[in-house]
Amino acid sequence: MSTVSTSKMAVKHALSLTILAECPTTKARVCKLVLPHHTVDTPVFMPVGTQGTLKGMLPAQLEELDCQIILGNTYHLGMRPGPELLDKADGLHNFMNWKRALLTDSGGFQMVSLLKLAEITEEGVKFQSPHDGREMLLTPEHSMAIQNSIGADIMMQLDDVVHSTTKGPRVEEAMYRSIRWLDRCMKAHKRTDCQNLFGIVQGGLDPELRKICVQEMTKRDLPGFAIGGLSGGEEKTHFWRMVHLSTDYLPKNKPRYLMGVGYAVDLVVCSALGCDMYDCVFPTRTARFGSALVPTGQLPLKNKQYARDFRPIDENCRCSTCARYTRAYLHSIATQETVACHLVTVHNIAYQMNLMRCLRQSILEGRFPQFVQEFMDTMYPSKNYPEWVVEALAAVNINLQKSQSHQDTPLENANTCS
Amino acid sequence: MMKVLLSNVVNGCRVGSITEVGRHGNRVLEFPGCLLYTRCGSAPHLTHDVLQKLDTLPVGVQLTLPTLAEQHNVVKDFQHGIGKFTGMEDSFLYCSVQDPAVREATGYNFNKGVSVWGSGGRIKLEVADFMSIQKAFCPDWYQCLCDGDTVSSDTSNKRVRKSVDRTLNFLDKCLEIHQDSQELKASEILGVIEGGDLWEERLRSARETCKRPVAGFVLDGFQSFAMERETRKNLLTAVLEVLPEDKPRIIHAVSRPDEVLEAVECGIDFFDSSFPYQVTERGCALVFPFSKKSDVCEETMIQSSDDASKETTENQPCQGSNEGTQSQKTEFEMDLNNRQKYAQDFRPVLPGCSCYCCQNHSRAYIHHLLQTGELLARVLLMMHNFHHYFGFFTAIRESLHQGTFQELKAIVTQRTK
Repeated sequence: MSTVSTSKMAVKHALSLTILAECPTTKARVCKLVLPHHTVDTPVFMPVGTQGTLKGMLPAQLEELDCQIILGNTYHLGMRPGPELLDKADGLHNFMNWKRALLTDSGGFQMVSLLKLAEITEEGVKFQSPHDGREMLLTPEHSMAIQNSIGADIMMQLDDVVHSTTKGPRVEEAMYRSIRWLDRCMKAHKRTDCQNLFGIVQGGLDPELRKICVQEMTKRDLPGFAIGGLSGGEEKTHFWRMVHLSTDYLPKNKPRYLMGVGYAVDLVVCSALGCDMYDCVFPTRTARFGSALVPTGQLPLKNKQYARDFRPIDENCRCSTCARYTRAYLHSIATQETVACHLVTVHNIAYQMNLMRCLRQSILEGRFPQFVQEFMDTMYPSKNYPEWVVEALAAVNINLQKSQSHQDTPLENANTCS
Repeated sequence: MMKVLLSNVVNGCRVGSITEVGRHGNRVLEFPGCLLYTRCGSAPHLTHDVLQKLDTLPVGVQLTLPTLAEQHNVVKDFQHGIGKFTGMEDSFLYCSVQDPAVREATGYNFNKGVSVWGSGGRIKLEVADFMSIQKAFCPDWYQCLCDGDTVSSDTSNKRVRKSVDRTLNFLDKCLEIHQDSQELKASEILGVIEGGDLWEERLRSARETCKRPVAGFVLDGFQSFAMERETRKNLLTAVLEVLPEDKPRIIHAVSRPDEVLEAVECGIDFFDSSFPYQVTERGCALVFPFSKKSDVCEETMIQSSDDASKETTENQPCQGSNEGTQSQKTEFEMDLNNRQKYAQDFRPVLPGCSCYCCQNHSRAYIHHLLQTGELLARVLLMMHNFHHYFGFFTAIRESLHQGTFQELKAIVTQRTK
């Protein structure tokens, strides 16, 4: 079986992307992404199930919440249970009994962020195993092999990740190395018929480097591309510009995956900028700390102020947690019982799914700019929108009404789709 | 008004149902049966939705006061009772004074009241406090305030007598308040039989408690570690003979399958489900057989007794932490932490089991979840363990209706060849 040759040959990818609607004002679009295990509606938020489980959620619960695709982490799964066991189990889908779509990242980011002594060479990433202290090496080839064993619908190249606040020649070095590693990944990837390899655009916060990277990577005929190296603490004003630039140069007919983004405001803005897919641990992680997501921000339920708050987390939310439990009850069990984590996790996932569903619906119905305005007004009732949000939206022709209006007519909650 | 319908008494075992019971007026509690064990008003690890995936849920739910007492004032302000506060308003609610999964610390009760241990530490409950809580909670049944601190081996006879005296005193005082209370009109109070391991005291407690207008009886202080098996059996039989037939009998912390069967033979009606919770906490799964049908795997039973440590329940650590659940494994369970056995075993936990866990996941996956410290491990194990345990009680009732109880007992308590 031949592997990928020149970009001029049409290679059959294991996915198809159909654009259903495009916002005439911004770069937002709604697509149908058909993957081997499931069809996904984009823009999509993908919850993260690091170790082959989404923190206490049954696969059935995720299906009930309309999750169409979730993430697994190659670094963690490569350690435990390991590729040999995953081969025996016939892939992660079978092992965890998740019938819908999966995406695995390459392991690179985890290593750099989790490990103290990770040394990056041309060969790969050298590090010390946190379990037994052995020296290990993660190469592009090895990452492909583990990801092939995992068997996710979408897999990510091993990239040379630099922290988004890094400056200097290291950024350029990492960008070019990521391209070389992409080629090695493409060569090593053994299951192009059922797994889609995405390239990851790097280049830090340097527009020139980003541009070069996008142009180079898109010469390779890949099923999709990710925008990496952002959402790591850099200033938002740089963040959005890199996203905007990347989506300007990335092909329209392929999915664009913005890695590590999951805050509601970011999801809305970056969808306006033309991104299709997102992942982030934030909603599920913050749930376990007792923090519930609402259209106006977050409720830190452990806080004493909720002890006698007998309302549900969100009166307009239709999730099973809001149907039955009060903030007061959740507050009472927040540090005591694991059920608290699960209840808030269900709600937070429902919140994210609902947000994206409403966002998609508004694009389909040609009223995305209104959706954005309402969303921002709910999030920032006194209209103190962050500067970067105003700029980013302005760049795609949405001008947020900044003027103070004195008798506000009650706006519809941006979290219901009507 | 509740009706106890005794279908049969077979060699001491009672089988039947209680109808028209509780605030809803239409619940039916079958016995011998168990109550769903909860902490802070929720089944451990299981949200309401996930709980509903268990198809053999008991009608009765046990609320454990130590895990809820701290919410007293909040529930009072809530004004809709503990059922609605905890998302359990459709269930039949029984409130117990102590937590059967955790051993009470000794030496903390006093003449005017008892101590329960909440997450924030010791809570002293006198009659007034206790009744105030019940008025805010409005459960269907509640165990009366009682002094059950008689289970440690060095309890003196004098101390045992005191526990009987105090408990009767609490009962009288609680009844007074109960009978005057609007809030508790739809709730019933259960009397508590104390007396440690002293024959005369147990009978005294039973006879005296019977004289009061209680809706049923709780047999307290009979935990595994409190006394020898024979002693428990004899005391229970004697006490239960004195109690009226038409009132339910509940026992706490006698929850292991073999203990349950013995207690059924003595005449106990209701048990708690703390045992499946303890098994879950140590990463184990209940696999003991209770049927001759193929859905119970004999091979598993043999395997599980390989990993069971010596059968002992003596070393139950004390109150104050969940370490109480890390007690010794029994021969009724298999240890999914065992890497050698289960890391690559892709069969369900119990082949043939119809629970969500066994229908959807493998031993290897659960082992992986345990190794990686993932929350889902205990969600799945709790689902399976409850399912298995509730199935066991169904089997008990069936065997009593069909006259095959002794056979059931033999199957459950079999040792390997």
